[in-house]
Amino acid sequence: MRYVDEFRDPDLITKASDEIRRLANPSRHYRIMEVCGGHTHAIYRFGLKDILPENIELIHGPGCPVCVLPMGRIDDGLAIAKAPNRIFTAFGDMMRVPGAHGSPLEDKARGTDVRIVYSPADALEIARKNPEKEVMFFAIGFETTAPSTALTLMSAMSQGIDNFSVFCNHVTIVPAIRAILDSPDMRLDGFIGPGHVSTVIGCRPNQWIASVEGKPVVTSGFEPLDLLQSIVMLLRQLDAGEAKVENQYKRVVPWEGNRAALKVMAEVFELRPYFEWRGLGFISQSALRIREKYAAWDAERRYSVPETRVADPKSAQCGEVLKGVLKPAQCKLFGKECTPEHPIGALMVSSEGSCAAFYNYEYRKSQLTSISAMA
Amino acid sequence: MRFKDTQIEMSHGAGGKASRKLVEGLFAPLLLTDAAQMLSDAARVEMGGTAIAFTTDSFVVRPLRFPGGSIGELAVNGTVNDLAVSGAKASAMVVTFILEEGLASTVLEAEVRAMSAALKRAGVSMVGGDTKVVERGKADGMYITTAGIGIPMRGVHVDARTVRPGDKILISGPFGDHGITILLARQDLDLEADLVSDTRSVLPMVEAIAAEAATGIRWMRDPTRGGVATALNELARDCGLAVELNEEEIPIHDAVRGACELLGLDPLHIANEGQFLAVVSAEYADAALNAVRMTDGGDEAQIIGQIREQPAGAVVVNTRYRGTRIVEMLVGDPLPRIC
Repeated sequence: MRYVDEFRDPDLITKASDEIRRLANPSRHYRIMEVCGGHTHAIYRFGLKDILPENIELIHGPGCPVCVLPMGRIDDGLAIAKAPNRIFTAFGDMMRVPGAHGSPLEDKARGTDVRIVYSPADALEIARKNPEKEVMFFAIGFETTAPSTALTLMSAMSQGIDNFSVFCNHVTIVPAIRAILDSPDMRLDGFIGPGHVSTVIGCRPNQWIASVEGKPVVTSGFEPLDLLQSIVMLLRQLDAGEAKVENQYKRVVPWEGNRAALKVMAEVFELRPYFEWRGLGFISQSALRIREKYAAWDAERRYSVPETRVADPKSAQCGEVLKGVLKPAQCKLFGKECTPEHPIGALMVSSEGSCAAFYNYEYRKSQLTSISAMA
Repeated sequence: MRFKDTQIEMSHGAGGKASRKLVEGLFAPLLLTDAAQMLSDAARVEMGGTAIAFTTDSFVVRPLRFPGGSIGELAVNGTVNDLAVSGAKASAMVVTFILEEGLASTVLEAEVRAMSAALKRAGVSMVGGDTKVVERGKADGMYITTAGIGIPMRGVHVDARTVRPGDKILISGPFGDHGITILLARQDLDLEADLVSDTRSVLPMVEAIAAEAATGIRWMRDPTRGGVATALNELARDCGLAVELNEEEIPIHDAVRGACELLGLDPLHIANEGQFLAVVSAEYADAALNAVRMTDGGDEAQIIGQIREQPAGAVVVNTRYRGTRIVEMLVGDPLPRIC
């Protein structure tokens, strides 16, 4: 498979990991945050931790759109969908995420018409084919998915499809990184910068991380070789005492981003004054809402929204894990009350969530290590 | 553990963890005569001093026809395969049709003809059946249930408890074709691939192993819903050992890999309808592999891993890059209604 196999070549990967070992100063401990959930998933899936030296610690960042969504938003979305003649549509990632009263899939079993779509355009198509129903798309994601939601809203308007609306939960990545850097209990040496988000916003919005915070950033792809090469680039900067933004993912990410995508986002969305993030609390200007011009397709204006506020279970430490302060297995509920079959927090549901990735690919390995360490 | 879920969801039928909880927590304790009996693809019963294998399987696939097969063919092969991987040759079968009001007779006839052809190929007699019709909208055209009995193959003993460290894991060919074919056949995705379902009887391949390496066979399973990952996790749990796979040796068609990369699925979780897994003792591994490869349709068979002591109860993949990862059972339901 082109563009995949080259980036999984065992020889090149061995070379990259040798280079990392050569560059890493053995007397130093490196803490590098991968911002994207997609990176977290790839790190576990490809077993990359096994081939990195022990003094390189990867901290999982907040870039998992499902994970940062407060529970109350799911309850709000499902409350709207419960009325007769409505269809709730969302990406597959959302389906098992629990609200306070259950997940979309549980509501489906109770009778709500819940459908998985692979793009918002599919949701619009469902609306076109079912004129007697009201179809709502539960939109999630960073700048990666926001442009396709924007385009779909523009199509809905131009085609006059009135039985369609969007419940907008789009968020922006930069304020979340800022919140993490402001967190006093966090010490980081550098960032593996977001890949997919940067295809839209480009590398420039991350420049302050290097210039103001003095941390190197390397925008990275998602294949094993991409991630290892990004770590090499970060180590070289750290070794040279530099802090700049570099682009490892040039085959996909233009430095300036995607102007067409930014334009449709600006046409449809504006910044919310503030938005609640799960685990991080309220962050100002960190999320998007639908502009007045598209109000007719905005589910939050169209329907009465209960505005449910649900506190996370006290014992769950999703926030600390999301910020990278705790490792997944350090949460009190991990692997006990909270498992992929019975997730308490979204981090255990989404394939990009660090708890799910750790549980699925690593957990029993680590149990074994701790047993043999005791013996 | 008692079954405590408050309602039935799609995941309870997906063959993964939820299905297992339903069976072990509700059906087995209340319905099975011997609840401690290990659950396998077919039961062994003694009748008048003769051992027979006995199994049943239902088919609710949508769409009814898909590239490479159809529900009728699946319904016969599924039961033949369940018996085969239990070490038995199917001999007789009964069938129940649940038909939806308004189903075109031509559609029904095509499926009955597909069943007839599959029965002939497998050398199985159909000896009875039942028909029910439900109102329009209550079934996707038709559901089919088959039940079959088979005669145990001489010298073949399938039992996870006989599996030992060092045993080899064999697969009859590339996996994931069926599940991905069905997903694409639904046309919910604008994806096309040159791919057909692997629906077929695995009996000839199992018979070939039985002829060449019967005493080496420890365990077999056809990795249908829940895929290879779920079948091997059940093995790991039942034998109390570790199942170790070598990524480099795992056979997967490029079209399946590509679709899985795009959709974020793991081919190890995708359903199959014409493959089987076998654990064979190390000294018989080559003979078993050759036997399958010499059988029609078995040329892509592979030894994909081995049994280890640790990590007990888990499935581990050695990646191409000297790393390892755990493979969990399927949780939830990636592809609804595929068999």
